[in-house]
Amino acid sequence: MTALDRPVAATPRARRRRTPLTWFRGGGLANLLFLLPMLIVFGLFSWYPIVRAVIMSFQKTNMVQAATWVGLDNFVKVLHDPLFYTAVHNTAWFAVLALIFGYPVPLIAAVMMSEVRRSRGMFSALAYLPVVVPPVVAVLLWKFFYDASPTGVFNTILGWVGLGPYPWIQDATWAMPSIVLEATWAAAGGTVIIYLAALTAVAPELYDAAEVDGASIWRKIWHVTLPQLRGILLITLILQVIGTSQVFLEPFLFTDGGPANSTVTVLQLIYRYGFQNSLGGNYGAATALSVMLALFLALLSFVYFRLTRRWSQN
Amino acid sequence: MLVVFGLGPILWLAKAAITPTQDTLRTPMAIFPNGVAWDNLVQAWTTIHLDVQFMNTIWVALGSWIVQIIVATTAGYALSVLKPAYGRVLNGLVLGTLFVPAVVLLVPLYLTILDVPFIGISLQNTFWAVWLPAGANAFNILLVKRFFDNLPAEIFEAARTDGAGPFRLFWAIVLPLSRPILGVVSVFAIIAAWKDYLWPKLVLSLPEVQPLSVRLPQLQQTIDLGVYLAALAISTIIPIILFVFFQNLFLRSAGLGGAVKG
Repeated sequence: MTALDRPVAATPRARRRRTPLTWFRGGGLANLLFLLPMLIVFGLFSWYPIVRAVIMSFQKTNMVQAATWVGLDNFVKVLHDPLFYTAVHNTAWFAVLALIFGYPVPLIAAVMMSEVRRSRGMFSALAYLPVVVPPVVAVLLWKFFYDASPTGVFNTILGWVGLGPYPWIQDATWAMPSIVLEATWAAAGGTVIIYLAALTAVAPELYDAAEVDGASIWRKIWHVTLPQLRGILLITLILQVIGTSQVFLEPFLFTDGGPANSTVTVLQLIYRYGFQNSLGGNYGAATALSVMLALFLALLSFVYFRLTRRWSQN
Repeated sequence: MLVVFGLGPILWLAKAAITPTQDTLRTPMAIFPNGVAWDNLVQAWTTIHLDVQFMNTIWVALGSWIVQIIVATTAGYALSVLKPAYGRVLNGLVLGTLFVPAVVLLVPLYLTILDVPFIGISLQNTFWAVWLPAGANAFNILLVKRFFDNLPAEIFEAARTDGAGPFRLFWAIVLPLSRPILGVVSVFAIIAAWKDYLWPKLVLSLPEVQPLSVRLPQLQQTIDLGVYLAALAISTIIPIILFVFFQNLFLRSAGLGGAVKG
């Protein structure tokens, strides 16, 4: 990173001595002007808040009195909050359920869609449609579907085949699976598109060879498709875990953490610490928990980046 | 089966938006047992003033889009084409924020909005509170910078020999060439702005400035069910129309989201 690296400096004189004038002639001011929007926006709304988050997690502050350093107190306080373990447990449960529901469904859909040669474009557009519905609308709509009375939408449908009525989101056991079902519906389309793109890269000769050997569709999927998709499957897996660790909207709007805190998630706990506290925001605890979650997620995204890099080099 | 599961809820919403409340409550799966209530849509638009929220949503999306395009193109250009000596450091600082999830920023960013450093004003209940943080998107810069990196260097050199300064180069050469990537960034920006809930909820607390996503959950308790479902349908129309028109762009962007390689 020496002055010699500067590709813009056209004249040898500019290389020899750096004065404000040569800097200006070399385009230094123009460079800065082009970088200015980024510097302002990132400086104020990204870099500064990140630094502030770390500092605040070691401070006690109510924004009225001056902040005081409290060391690791905020972290200790969060770790002693019984709700913290509930939230971690619920978030993990959400992530596991989302994997069970949401991981195989898009894969099966994508494989089936790629088997259909005709009108694939229409199918992928239809699969993607739920992703376009604003998440708030989707949640509010499904909340109505989950009406626990016998005339609720889902209970009516299940009633036709003699099932139910079920309590759906009003029951502590079933609330989380119900929420995950909606989340899967809302997100599956995006993953389907990613898989479809990856599937077009699978060499058709492999399938032809499998067909000559008389392989059934399931054997083809197991022996050809899945091994070929290994890389992208791993990536969507990590992306999904990163996404589900930050789940907020669905439990917040469906149940606001209830019934009996069965759907309080980590992010919701941060929100409660910071913004729903009757004693004023407990910003220290909120940022401490944020920092802990961030470290966990940073670890995951680090793994993700390493994997994608290795994968793209192969 | 999958098609029914995927489309059913959307079609049901379209039906319920124009079904009388009593029918939706008593027989949710019947198709117009007692006629159609277009009035739901009218009421949602006028009586509960969804028009205000609708326009707010459009403003939020447009502003976020413009800010993101400005920041991404200028920064991408400076880092990829102009390459100042300190560019690599800045690039690292920008990419570093990709590892920091938005969660961490929730509280400190909120406090920053309440009292912006150096300027000392509060942006709460102004659209700037959503627009400006939206611009701090490292993913956009990554996409645009990579696109510029892959443009043939001869173009820039030829333009420089012809005496084009950095501004002309940007305006007359780089921007016209970057239309494909700007399309992708635009889709991401507008969709994200239309979907966002938690952040606008925090910084836009007055109903006059709230977008649809923030207002809808509050309406639930206070208004007639038929009108409420009509409101939900209205909020979905624009994204679906955009999707129908720009289908290929959407699907390409969605594929890109997973295929971006570190």
